[in-house]
Amino acid sequence: MAILTKDEAQTILRKVLSYSKADECEASISGNTGGNIRYARNSVSTSGIQENTDLSVESRFGKRAGVATINEFDDVSLHKVVQRAEEIARIAPENPEYMPYLGAQTYLPSNAHFATTANINPDFRAEMAGKSIELANAKGLTAAGFLLDSSGFSATMNNKGLFNYGQTSNVGFSITVRTADGTGSGYATRNVSDAAKFDSAEPSQIAIAKAMGSANAKAIEPGKYTVILEPNASEELLGNMMRSFDTRAADEGRNFLAKKGGGNKLGEKLFDERVTIYSDPTHPEIPTRTWAGDGRPLEKITWVEKGVVKNIPSSRFWAAKNNTKATPPPAAFIFMGGDQSLENLIKSTDRGILVTRLWYIRAVDPQTLLYTGLTRDGTFYIENGKIKHPVKNFRFNESPVIMLNNLEALGKPVRVGGNLVPPMKIRDFTFTSLSDAV
Amino acid sequence: MKRRDFIQLASLGVGGLALSHIPVFGNPISPEMALEPVDVALKKRLADAALNAAKSQGATYADVRIGRYLQQYIFTREKQVQNIVNTESYGVGIRVIANGTWGFAATNNVTEAGLAQAAAQAISIAKANTRFQKEPVQLAPVKGVGEVSWKTPIVQNAFEIPVAQKTDLLLAANAKALENGASFINTSLFQVNEQKYFASTEGSYIDQDVHRIWPTFSVSVVDRATGKFRSREALSAPMGMGYEYLSKPGPKITGPAGTNLQGYNKYYDILEDATLAAKQAKAKITAKSVLPGKYDLVLDPNHLGLTIHESVGHPLELDRVLGYEANYAGTSFATLDKWKTKNFKYGSKLVNIFADKTQPGSLGYVGYDDEGVKTKRWDLIKDGVLTNYQAIRDQAHIIGETESHGCCYADHWSSVQFQRMANISLAPGKTKLSVDDMIKNVDKGIYIAGRGSFSIDQQRYNFQFGGTVFYEISKGKIVGMLEDVSYQSNTQEFWNSCAAICDESDYRMFGSFFDGKGQPSQFSAVSHGSATTRFNGVNVINTARKI
Repeated sequence: MAILTKDEAQTILRKVLSYSKADECEASISGNTGGNIRYARNSVSTSGIQENTDLSVESRFGKRAGVATINEFDDVSLHKVVQRAEEIARIAPENPEYMPYLGAQTYLPSNAHFATTANINPDFRAEMAGKSIELANAKGLTAAGFLLDSSGFSATMNNKGLFNYGQTSNVGFSITVRTADGTGSGYATRNVSDAAKFDSAEPSQIAIAKAMGSANAKAIEPGKYTVILEPNASEELLGNMMRSFDTRAADEGRNFLAKKGGGNKLGEKLFDERVTIYSDPTHPEIPTRTWAGDGRPLEKITWVEKGVVKNIPSSRFWAAKNNTKATPPPAAFIFMGGDQSLENLIKSTDRGILVTRLWYIRAVDPQTLLYTGLTRDGTFYIENGKIKHPVKNFRFNESPVIMLNNLEALGKPVRVGGNLVPPMKIRDFTFTSLSDAV
Repeated sequence: MKRRDFIQLASLGVGGLALSHIPVFGNPISPEMALEPVDVALKKRLADAALNAAKSQGATYADVRIGRYLQQYIFTREKQVQNIVNTESYGVGIRVIANGTWGFAATNNVTEAGLAQAAAQAISIAKANTRFQKEPVQLAPVKGVGEVSWKTPIVQNAFEIPVAQKTDLLLAANAKALENGASFINTSLFQVNEQKYFASTEGSYIDQDVHRIWPTFSVSVVDRATGKFRSREALSAPMGMGYEYLSKPGPKITGPAGTNLQGYNKYYDILEDATLAAKQAKAKITAKSVLPGKYDLVLDPNHLGLTIHESVGHPLELDRVLGYEANYAGTSFATLDKWKTKNFKYGSKLVNIFADKTQPGSLGYVGYDDEGVKTKRWDLIKDGVLTNYQAIRDQAHIIGETESHGCCYADHWSSVQFQRMANISLAPGKTKLSVDDMIKNVDKGIYIAGRGSFSIDQQRYNFQFGGTVFYEISKGKIVGMLEDVSYQSNTQEFWNSCAAICDESDYRMFGSFFDGKGQPSQFSAVSHGSATTRFNGVNVINTARKI
């Protein structure tokens, strides 16, 4: 039941809409199957399987709206969920930011579903965990990891003619390996849509190498350093910045894209000219759904081109109010890079720090997008183009906006956290204190 | 694990800047449908069926949690209600030990057949994972308590208050903020009711009705001329209380001289706080930027709670200490060898920190935890020395204890229960000391109230905290507001710099409503009590930047 075909979904949604007495009605079904396995201290701790299908109905009377959901699909339940949505809509206050539903839309074909991922079974999960544990065990190290796989679908239909249906799949894996004496720790993570491209041995070997290589780190003074950020280190900072792209918050003056005196920084050069960020829901490396949550089509769009802000997402209400383009936010982003390998970036560095992971990143000042956080699971000192020795972890205080103005070089982008991010060399990255944590 | 929905409120049209990752479990329902509890006799019959099914298939232990989880979340901004979400989620989680290994399965098919099937799945998972199990699970003994019930001692069930009354209150708070100079305000009211039934093969049938509430807001002031904006968050705390937290006036605590702050304990005056928030956010725009350096910090309970949470609560979770969270939240500096010395100086002699699942009004207050253990209070740090951890049934033997501490929790019927933080609190000072008297002795310091940015490393050594409002203390007096303040320290150094703690009359609770842990991540709500406390010579940095 969890995964419905397009025809099955359409049949249920049509039935739901036929029960509606509201002025407007929109119904969505989504379903998901997946499983997980978790291990620590070289032993499996928990694992489980999830399966779910939900139906959500929004009913509107004028500008009043109500939402109800259910996960039973017999006729009585379908009637019940429509009635509940209508009951809430009748008691809800009017929403002055009401926007009528979208009508029929044209969407790009989606390529985000892989049967290989949908077919993952408990044996596969056990095998992946076991492989990782055995590799760590063989070196006298301790592994802790987590594998989560999911396959799902979603479909939406409303009484204005909108309909969409699509399937997605995802495998996420992370592993931390620690040395027996607790002085070394390494981490690796992988995220793919197609399970055929995943094998836990490969990231496990990387985490093992980092754990061994990071043991007995030396302390060096905090301060401003040239850093090479592996994609896993910079992805969260960049993701935070991309989520802060919002026209309304900028126009209201409470966002880093707000302009002194009013308005926003659309069209302004904010970053180094080598910074180009775009999104493309059909990109073969990071395919996503081809529509946004409110039904707007997602298409290839450039957010930053050669350092200039080219587009900022906006809600339909805010765009209509200001007579501007209602661009939906992206499902994933692609940060364009170069052809250089990580090794080449290291080779071209006289003195610097290789950062493989940043952790516990929290916003400090939304005005400047200043974030703090720490390095973790392998930080290394680079001298004369070579990794010299592991260093103790640092706390940083840095803004991705400042960081992307201090750009030295970009490497080849890789998929991390569902996005494509290159390794990057940054000068004057600010470390403010040392941490004893391993 | 069906019917677990993480509805991202942003996608439901909520524009609140700080609210985009708040989880909502369950299905929206109409408010009046939320008030009928499930019959206890029915739950007992179903639970017995599941326990028998598990035992007949080889379980040496089994527990069943039948849960009905209700939430009502209300969001407003300025003059409008943005969203009202009512959810209900009903289902059962079954945990077994077979072949000495844990297994877990959950279903929303709450029938005898559905429960039997889930029990069989849990058994099969346990058996499949046995080959990766190093040692069989050892449970600390718990005596069955028979059929008992427990309820959060609320005065007014928030779910019974008409929605219009609640939206009117939030909109009135918004109006107060706007009248007093706010450019924007986002207000929210979170209400949670967990109706939990626990039964185990050890003869316990525990029916609990748990209530929590959290009114909060963020006020922003934008200065168009300079392009500067500043926010001031609410100084409320999430509480294990009913609607009386907002509706039954009680004593308040006046902030120190030189501030226009107001502290709240078991009653929160949201209209007053919204008024003050607008004035303070406006003042923050022109406040002096802090000079970095060493300062004596005087920390209000509504700020210090988060520091306790991060630098004491998490590092003293035994699963972290042992490495079970190594791949996610991390491990802990507070290792067993340090604890075994019986002389590890976590803090100065003034520092007495205790765990307590029985504090009235606290978020973690329950009669029994989620594996049927009666809750209690115990010491973690006594006169500055590390004395204990937080442990559940399958961990107690590791620290030589014969009983669980009663701090096992699952955030939903579909989640497996595991060790979670109890309410962790700093005991107030034993001698009489007011906040004003504490400040009189500070030559160069900063008074901080409210939660701000927080970040700490994976072993809980190095942390950096901001706050909501900062006031400069010079020669024993508060002389004005400060901005761009964050303090950085090392946990052990910080707690050893604790120089004075105000007395019980200043003791209040801070709370964390959405504390995350585990993979897949689960949330829990936990309180931290303290009185205003002074820490000497803490490193303060200036966080202002130009972009």
